Amino acid sequence: MNGRAASATTIRVLTQLRRDPRTIGLIVVVPCVLEILLKEIFSGRPDVFQHVGAPLLGLFPFISMFVVTSVTMLRERTSGTLERLMTMPLAKIDVLLGYAAAFALVAVVQAIVVSLLAFGPLGLEVAGPRAAVVGLAVANATLGMALGLFVSAFATTEFQAVQFMPALVFPQLLLCGLFVARDDMANWLQWISAALPLVYAYDALARVARGGGYGSPFILDVAVTLGVVVLALALAAATLRRRTA
Amino acid sequence: MPVVPSIAVEELRVVRGETVALDGVSLRVSAGRVTGLLGPSGSGKSTLLRAIVGVQRIASGRVTVLGQPAGSSQLRAHLGYVTQAPSVYPDLSVRENLRYFARIVGVTRERVDEVIDTVGLADVGGRVVGRLSGGQRARVSLATALLHDPELLVLDEPTVGLDPVLRRDLWETFHALADRDRTLLVSSHVMDEADRCDDLLLLRDGRLLAAGTPQELREQTGTRELESVFLRLIEARA
Repeated sequence: MNGRAASATTIRVLTQLRRDPRTIGLIVVVPCVLEILLKEIFSGRPDVFQHVGAPLLGLFPFISMFVVTSVTMLRERTSGTLERLMTMPLAKIDVLLGYAAAFALVAVVQAIVVSLLAFGPLGLEVAGPRAAVVGLAVANATLGMALGLFVSAFATTEFQAVQFMPALVFPQLLLCGLFVARDDMANWLQWISAALPLVYAYDALARVARGGGYGSPFILDVAVTLGVVVLALALAAATLRRRTA
Repeated sequence: MPVVPSIAVEELRVVRGETVALDGVSLRVSAGRVTGLLGPSGSGKSTLLRAIVGVQRIASGRVTVLGQPAGSSQLRAHLGYVTQAPSVYPDLSVRENLRYFARIVGVTRERVDEVIDTVGLADVGGRVVGRLSGGQRARVSLATALLHDPELLVLDEPTVGLDPVLRRDLWETFHALADRDRTLLVSSHVMDEADRCDDLLLLRDGRLLAAGTPQELREQTGTRELESVFLRLIEARA
């Protein structure tokens, strides 16, 4: 590993983002708009907003980071810059850690802005600590980012990369317990959902929102979420090939 | 004349998909010289260069670079590689691009300004690469490979699309580097660049057609024009 290469990559990715204010705007503004919409569509049933508002604070960053990183990394792979980097003195994981740090920083900004809006003007209330919601939202974003970096290896065009969102993210959204509690699902669906990383990230957020039980199930949720981040980064590093056909 | 080989390729065979890109190529590249790798497009030039810098999967054969197997990690600090398509970030400025790669190879910001000067981009250093012309972009890519003053420079068609004055300047830069004992392997598909090289390697259909100095090749084929040297060699094979 070469910390210098990783931090250089972080600075480079952030500089690229700074040159693309529209993307930054979309990353920060879209979740805010969706959170407002959510509040409004359930204006007749405020309890629903209170129930799903906090978990969604974490799911928005997950989705946007997944899309942004899978496309960005795909560009790196197809534009020849990755090939150049692979001939330079740096480890493969340096590039990914550099990316991870840059997007985690963006996720912090995103999570803080959306949380300020939700807890402030929108009047969202959670039983647990608000800081924990923000922290878990960042963890969710990191999870989306790590998975995005990994799946970019399986796309050869940006069209394909974008299609990974409905293919890999939507099923997780459906099964995570947001729409139907997991206990109410058919047995086989529960089994599938137990294998999906987003389920754990969602569960941790829901627990904080309910304010109940920071015992071993909560620790397991957080551990699985962060474990998958590390695993996905390691797998992504394995997909970066120094030699290609 | 130095005879230490910087690059030694033995019986290199590369298969890409269904096609044999390189079919038993053996060659030597001498240290401290500018070697031109010439051949029509599709002859396997890029594949050969990729094998030398260690990013090409090979079917068989051996590639030794600066005494190490190609692709070994110790080599990366001593190697500069420029791909045919400019591999730089179009959404960053010239200077931002170079500063990124400078941090990776561990050279100073002053060195960044030096190489920007070397490739003649001083007046557009602050411009976003995506808005530059193709030739300017190619030079940003070239500047990146010069940053750490590598022992071996592998350049894939670095002068395509450049105006004649700039081309001449770049070739002068290449020779100035060779004078400081740097080794350069430069590919081209235009024969009029052949005369600017110390040594030539002629590649066609994945096979090495001939190797030698421009003078040697002229004598071997009994022609004055390098363009016809190529034709004679092909006809001789047929």
